[in-house]
Amino acid sequence: MSNKVIHALYNDDDVLMDAVKQTRKAHHHIEEIYTPFPVHGLDKAMGLAPTRIAICAFLYGLTGLSFGTWLMNNIMIHDWPQDIGGKPSFSYIQNMPSFVPIMFEETVFFAAHLMVITFYMRSKLWPFKVAENPDVRTTDDHFLMEVAVNNNESELTSFLESTGAVEVKVIEKH
Amino acid sequence: MYTFSSKLKNLSLILMVLGALGIGVGFFTAPKNTKDVEAILAADSHGGHHAEAAHEAAPAHAAEAAHEATPAAHQEATPASDSTEEHVAEVSKDSNAVAAANVDSTVAKTEEHVAEELAKPSHEAEAKGHEVAEADEHAEHLTHVLHQLQNKPWAAFYVAALFFMLISLGVLAFYAIQHAAQAGWSPVLFRVMEAITAYLVPGAIIVYVVLVLSGLHLNHLFVWMDPAVVAEDKLLQGKQGYLNVPFFLIRAAIFMGGWIAYRHFSRKNGLALDQTNDLSYYKKNFKLSAGFLAFFLVSESMMSWDWIMSVDPHWFSTLFGWYVFASFVVSAVTVIALVTLYLKSRGYLEYVNNSHFHDLAKFMFGFSVFWTYLWFSQFMLIWYANIPEEVVYFKFRIEHYNLPFFGMVVMNFVFPILILINTDFKRVPWIISMAGLVILAGHYLDFHNMIYPATVGDQWFIGLSEISSIAFFAGLFIFVVFTALTKAPLLPKGNPLVEESKHFHY
Repeated sequence: MSNKVIHALYNDDDVLMDAVKQTRKAHHHIEEIYTPFPVHGLDKAMGLAPTRIAICAFLYGLTGLSFGTWLMNNIMIHDWPQDIGGKPSFSYIQNMPSFVPIMFEETVFFAAHLMVITFYMRSKLWPFKVAENPDVRTTDDHFLMEVAVNNNESELTSFLESTGAVEVKVIEKH
Repeated sequence: MYTFSSKLKNLSLILMVLGALGIGVGFFTAPKNTKDVEAILAADSHGGHHAEAAHEAAPAHAAEAAHEATPAAHQEATPASDSTEEHVAEVSKDSNAVAAANVDSTVAKTEEHVAEELAKPSHEAEAKGHEVAEADEHAEHLTHVLHQLQNKPWAAFYVAALFFMLISLGVLAFYAIQHAAQAGWSPVLFRVMEAITAYLVPGAIIVYVVLVLSGLHLNHLFVWMDPAVVAEDKLLQGKQGYLNVPFFLIRAAIFMGGWIAYRHFSRKNGLALDQTNDLSYYKKNFKLSAGFLAFFLVSESMMSWDWIMSVDPHWFSTLFGWYVFASFVVSAVTVIALVTLYLKSRGYLEYVNNSHFHDLAKFMFGFSVFWTYLWFSQFMLIWYANIPEEVVYFKFRIEHYNLPFFGMVVMNFVFPILILINTDFKRVPWIISMAGLVILAGHYLDFHNMIYPATVGDQWFIGLSEISSIAFFAGLFIFVVFTALTKAPLLPKGNPLVEESKHFHY
């Protein structure tokens, strides 16, 4: 069985949004959409699930807070509780105000960096990664919608042309 | 047009009547002379043992006296008037770091020992005058407690009056920011904000009356107003150029006059804009708001020195004005959210949607964190450097106001940050209301913690006077705000940004 997809190119994001809505309504499966810039509301129109990256960031932040607390408690209170300038180091809570800047920064540091790394991993981005761009124009001024073909090639082609596509191509995928 | 529901009107009237009664009872039951105080102290949990009561109260007295006499004079006076070794040890402990109060036992013992050594030479000589000194000190202590207990109903009234007036002022500042920033989301809420700022006029008048009455020596809220105290106090003499009653009242009048004038003209222009669709009113409001914000920044900062910081006239903090601002602006945004939620639930605000609530909740969240940032910055800088003349402020609060002092951090920071961090929660009315009520209670406590330690000292209690004052001002606030809401249509039609605001979504 051939593995065909159709690439429909648009040159306006409003036309693209309409096309996405029509395609979804006609129950054709959208494989992917390539745009040169974020199109507001595209994810909703495509019916994509909301991202959970904020939840990750919150948990990473808690990790950072715990790490900062553990670090300062271990170093300043348990390992070597010196008297430094009269600061009380008998228990963590006594000297806590001076640890807050560190705890705060650790929280932000962990939340921010681990979230970014999570983003890279989930979206499979890294240096030397081979670009997956199906058409160079999609990084400049064109929008590309990729729709799966299931033995309905001619019907689908004419349907996509009717949605305002400036170009419709049938592509054999490997 | 909004019609004031009779239920809400009755609620506000009941609150005002009950509050006024409670306030009256609070003033009526305040002790009149030292004999009353003696009876109160005897009935206290100290067991009615006179010597014990006086003795136990002595260290507390030491810290409290800071606002009546200079710290320097006081520290000289204390060892002379008290000869017990334990007390000397207390004092030496007192001068320690705040957190070192619960220092470990070895250190405490060494300290006590050192103190004993120090106390020995003078010990015998003082032993003779011991009884006389104790009697004197007892009388002094009674007078001191009398002043604190007499201050209590005043402080309760003043804190509540100030709190509600500042909420209204915070809404005015927020409103001016929305104008000056030409915000596209908020014009549908302008009428709600204008109505809340209507409370500024009666609220400011009441606060001003309290200030005038303080100036007439009807209470001891501001110790620097008492010439007898100033006569013995070099520090206060040095501050007389700024802290004197006429200048104080003139400043207050200028600040309040400026705020009320802005409120009056911006409202007038807003209504004229609706009627005429003449954009020159819009431009006028824009310029007026920018000017007001500049005036507000200066006046708000000085207001916080005058009306709040000067109850502790020996203490000063540079970021105090910002701290006070953060406290009342977060309460103000919360009140906007609560009033909007109420009106929306009654079907009055057609164009207000979830996204508007989301934005308000974001402001509640953001300003809560901002408040915490300033609270912590002020606390930590003073705690860290531990300079005696600054640190007494927090030392007294941590010792005698431990629960309200740290409780408000939980209410104003931990609770909102955990509840309002979630995007979905920020759109749920009951969650916003619940978070809002906790934030308001937390910031009332904040003002309580600013005023009470210097005026009422360790005699504080959140009882009849406090709750009645809150009830009275809450009732008055509801009455004034919802009456003002009936005066104009809830949608400002003429505003050029209102169309955008109607369709605002996030």
